Amino acid sequence: MSDGLGFFLNLLVNGIVVGALYALVALGFVLIYKASGVINLAQGELVLLGAYIGLTFTTSMQVPFFLALLLTIVVSALVGVVIERTVLRPFIGESPISIIMVTLGLSFLIKALIHLIWGTDMRSFHGLFRSEPIIIGPVAISEVFLWGLVAALILLVLLTAFFKYSMLGIAMRATSDDEQAALSMGISVKRILAATWAVAAMVAAVGGIFLGNIAGVNPLLTSYGLKVLPVAILGGLDSVPGAILGGFIIGILEALTGGYLDHYMTGIKEVVPFAFMILILLIKPYGLFGKEIIERV
Amino acid sequence: MLRLLRYPFTMECGVYLTTYEQDLALHPTRLSAVRGWLLVALLYAVPQLLPNYYLSILNKVAIYTIAALGLNLLTGVTGQISVGHGAFTGMGAFTVGYLMKHGLSFWVAMPLAGLAAAAVGAFFGLPSARLKGLYLAIASLAAQVILSFFFTRAEWFTGGIYSMSVKRPTIFGQPITGERDYLYLGLTAALLLGVFAQNLLRTRTGRAFMAVRDRDLAAEVMGVDLFRTKVTAFALSAFYAGIAGAIWAPYVMIISPEQFEMHLSIELLAMIIIGGMGSVMGSVYGAAFMTVLPIVVRELSMALGPIFPAIGTKVLLLRDAAFGAAIVLFLVFEPEGLAKLWRNIKDYFRLWPFSY
Repeated sequence: MSDGLGFFLNLLVNGIVVGALYALVALGFVLIYKASGVINLAQGELVLLGAYIGLTFTTSMQVPFFLALLLTIVVSALVGVVIERTVLRPFIGESPISIIMVTLGLSFLIKALIHLIWGTDMRSFHGLFRSEPIIIGPVAISEVFLWGLVAALILLVLLTAFFKYSMLGIAMRATSDDEQAALSMGISVKRILAATWAVAAMVAAVGGIFLGNIAGVNPLLTSYGLKVLPVAILGGLDSVPGAILGGFIIGILEALTGGYLDHYMTGIKEVVPFAFMILILLIKPYGLFGKEIIERV
Repeated sequence: MLRLLRYPFTMECGVYLTTYEQDLALHPTRLSAVRGWLLVALLYAVPQLLPNYYLSILNKVAIYTIAALGLNLLTGVTGQISVGHGAFTGMGAFTVGYLMKHGLSFWVAMPLAGLAAAAVGAFFGLPSARLKGLYLAIASLAAQVILSFFFTRAEWFTGGIYSMSVKRPTIFGQPITGERDYLYLGLTAALLLGVFAQNLLRTRTGRAFMAVRDRDLAAEVMGVDLFRTKVTAFALSAFYAGIAGAIWAPYVMIISPEQFEMHLSIELLAMIIIGGMGSVMGSVYGAAFMTVLPIVVRELSMALGPIFPAIGTKVLLLRDAAFGAAIVLFLVFEPEGLAKLWRNIKDYFRLWPFSY
């Protein structure tokens, strides 16, 4: 096997596993959108918060990893409920634009709060995953990426089933479609929104723990919030499989442009996903799998 | 004729409009026209009275006001969220720097910079032919990312990672150096553009903007060309941002790409939320609030320094928290912002003390 092909395969596999993590974070956007029809601009902050909570459990309190993951998920869900109750409750029935703005304000607040509690120093999870990569043929992957992939796939299956079959999932979809109609069908919009924020914070926390294991935990993690927006948009804002596929596409695209083009134009790999997203949107305005809204007068 | 006979300082105490012309008038009463001119006179007098420190704050307010006005026309009036206005402002700033470096006078370069930003804005508004709502908002985020990349890479145009120095503009052969003189430039530009925006809202185009915001489908049925209206809004709004950038660049004299990243876009959004979406005066209030807020936080933390020694290291954190809290609180308690707050106060005193 030639070197060129090996290099390509390495990039490809790297793209897939990074893409899985992007998908994980993008799922948070999709969840909130599916239940309330808005984009949560504080998603990146929720990711960071999850990472710090996980960090506290594993390194400060020495809880074993899987238990820590579980505890982090529970705590994050509580945080999600609290956020919904305190900040978003007054906005039920308000226009999407003001809800989006409120999540923007929320992002500043959460960031400041995290800063206050944990400071801004770079922290890392120590030795949770083996650092030597697993070698399969010409390709080397580190263990944490594999676990990230597994977590993303598990969540994908769970969430797809959740939205399709469970009462709560169906109620969430109904709420996003038409709050008023959902209310008149006996759905408690308040409870649905609280549940949504809980789930979104949980997913963000899982993403945060894996991303924190790869890149270290510091406030720069919040940038994943914006970085992952093209993933959610590309796949279609209301589609769980779309977020996963979008994650893989953007991950691979980024790995390939990073590998082949970054020598010539530093930073191009940050831009390509956005350019690609616009291109796709011009062909399919609601993303790859997004539900096309047919408007009737 | 009857209106001329009325006491010249009457206040309006209700809606007594009988013609469309009255409804569309810029000043509903004589008094409000007088008040407008007095305000202008006051604005031009104030720089003479204040020390330099306050003038530098006012300079920032004036420049931010122009950019916020632009964003307000797009987001507040037309209802299209833009997360790319930081980049449009940068486009104006770098264009003016580039043109002045190549020997053009500031007075020629400034409008050209506005037009360059408008062209870029219109270009990134083009997806509105197919996209709407959140998808369009994210397209504007793409504009921000792509333009930021362009600014850091295009060294021939922006100086790239090395910053770019811009000379102060000259008038009658004299460079405008002091804070006070520069304020007159920013003030005049902000005033002209503000009046233009206020007048725009009374025209067919302005009403088309609002129709698109309120219900795009209904607007289309009424004969508003959605695509043209949205692209016009993007271009016009980016023009304002470009002019703001063009005035900003010679003011700070050194510009670099990182001044026009995402955070500027978000600050501008925060300004229009806090000031009042869709309101011209709201843009002014919002710009003033966001300029003064960090200063107040800094002063406060310095004042509290002796009591809480740890506070000195946390100024940035406090500023962020204050930004966030301001946005959230305004949206919860007064979604229409400072402009509405001020209107409420005026309404209270309109018939005071006989409000019943």
